[in-house]
Amino acid sequence: MKKILSSEITPENLYLSRRKFIKQAALVVAGAGVLAACNGKLKLNPGTTASQTPTGITTPPSAGAQTDEYGRALTEYDAVTNFNNYYEFTTDKAGVARLSENFKTRPWTVEVGGLVNNPKTYDVDDLLNQFGEEERIYRLRCVEAWSMVIPWLGFPLHKLLKEVEPKASAKYVRFETLYDPEQMPGQKSPWYVWPYVEGLRVDEAMHDLTLISTGLYGKHLLPQNGAPLRLVVPWKYGFKSIKSIVKIDLVEEMPTSLWMAAAPQEYGFYANVNPQVDHPRWSQASERIIGDSGRKPTLMFNGYEEEVAPLYSGLDLEKWY
Amino acid sequence: MVLKKWFSFTRFQLLVHGASLLPFLILVVNYLTGNLTYDPIQAAMQRTGRYAMVLLLISLTCTPLNTILGFRPALKVRRALGLYAFFYASLHFFIFSVLDFQLNLSLILREIVYKRYIIVGTLALVILIALAITSTQRSMKRLGKLWKTLHQLVYASAILVILHFMWVVKSDIREPLLYGAVLALLLLVRIPAIRKKLSARPPRWIAPVNRALAK
Repeated sequence: MKKILSSEITPENLYLSRRKFIKQAALVVAGAGVLAACNGKLKLNPGTTASQTPTGITTPPSAGAQTDEYGRALTEYDAVTNFNNYYEFTTDKAGVARLSENFKTRPWTVEVGGLVNNPKTYDVDDLLNQFGEEERIYRLRCVEAWSMVIPWLGFPLHKLLKEVEPKASAKYVRFETLYDPEQMPGQKSPWYVWPYVEGLRVDEAMHDLTLISTGLYGKHLLPQNGAPLRLVVPWKYGFKSIKSIVKIDLVEEMPTSLWMAAAPQEYGFYANVNPQVDHPRWSQASERIIGDSGRKPTLMFNGYEEEVAPLYSGLDLEKWY
Repeated sequence: MVLKKWFSFTRFQLLVHGASLLPFLILVVNYLTGNLTYDPIQAAMQRTGRYAMVLLLISLTCTPLNTILGFRPALKVRRALGLYAFFYASLHFFIFSVLDFQLNLSLILREIVYKRYIIVGTLALVILIALAITSTQRSMKRLGKLWKTLHQLVYASAILVILHFMWVVKSDIREPLLYGAVLALLLLVRIPAIRKKLSARPPRWIAPVNRALAK
């Protein structure tokens, strides 16, 4: 048998560029499909129903930039969608994706009420049409001391709040996740008080960084990431960013979140990322970056100090953790 | 010489060695093939911690298995099981200090000094180190009566390990409680009065089992 010379084998760079070409060709084809369907804008087809595959799911993940403003690389799409803290499904981060794959995200409504002048129940697709989607590349810092960088899609919460007009007596915003133990088996666990509840002060909720996210990497959110819509508050620990929201209420009293109820000495209402205030059981001074090796120092307010520090002037951050 | 010793192992001993090393092999394969979740450091840390705890508990079953059931082969693997527990505990600490904290001493010290679960975990490991060092026949002879007292510290180490686990999990403490219950049971059957009562009548089937496993 004739021996194949190593020089006859396709060199790696050529081989790789061939793969890249195929990938790009696929991108162009898929992209053309999106353009045709959406008229040039990345938004949900208003006629989408539960039985249809929403636009965006078959398109490849994409983002407007490859890093955040500090130069930290985006966490790869597979990691973002397969490493999830979502106790409604399971406490196993690698198991959420599979357990949530049949989660029904359409039809879906969000009831916005409480101390507002215009309470209204929104269909999630109407919300998308009304407020659109913009990309925001945010760092996500989990209280367990790991972090990601994620290109979210969504709209700032203040757009929605302005429309319902909070009354002067409203001091806090209270968010609630869907309660459906049949679909979310983790909600059968007696260790937590379901449904998941989170809260923000009204001025925090009105801050431009506070996002209602409906997608990531140019695609619709998958159930494991909190589909169809979730909160993203990048300067707070990840657990504040409540998923699969069905209810938003403006209230006078500070809401008690699920974690505050479960372990009040460990989880406070504010939960601002703060390397100087340790969690009782682990240090918050540094973090493991998912997909990267080694630790990096944690930044005050997760690197959003300039934008959000004024919200907390005069507040004892050690006491109000 | 070494080969001869290896072949003098009974099948039961080989089984115990194989079963104790298997999780390490799987861990390495999972690591090399990228099947250790997207946070491999945490996954490896949790796995090695769990293996160390389970092996420590299994090593503590050896004595009662012999005294109560008359299951003699257990004594032949007791030391090995303890050393495997120590091996996984060391790996656990290595992942924490070298892979995760990259030997950043100020950060590591901050963790060890301020975090109660790390304090108890470190203490448990320190005990295991002392026991591993003195696990040889020579140490046994040299230390005499002191050896037994020293090695009774394994009970303290096991209790600290359970505490470590209990304090590290979030709200749901079912798993640590389960392991804690197993440890409580293993300690209870060591109380002389209870041990005597239980060991009064070893089961008849144990003799053939012992014979079969002695090969």
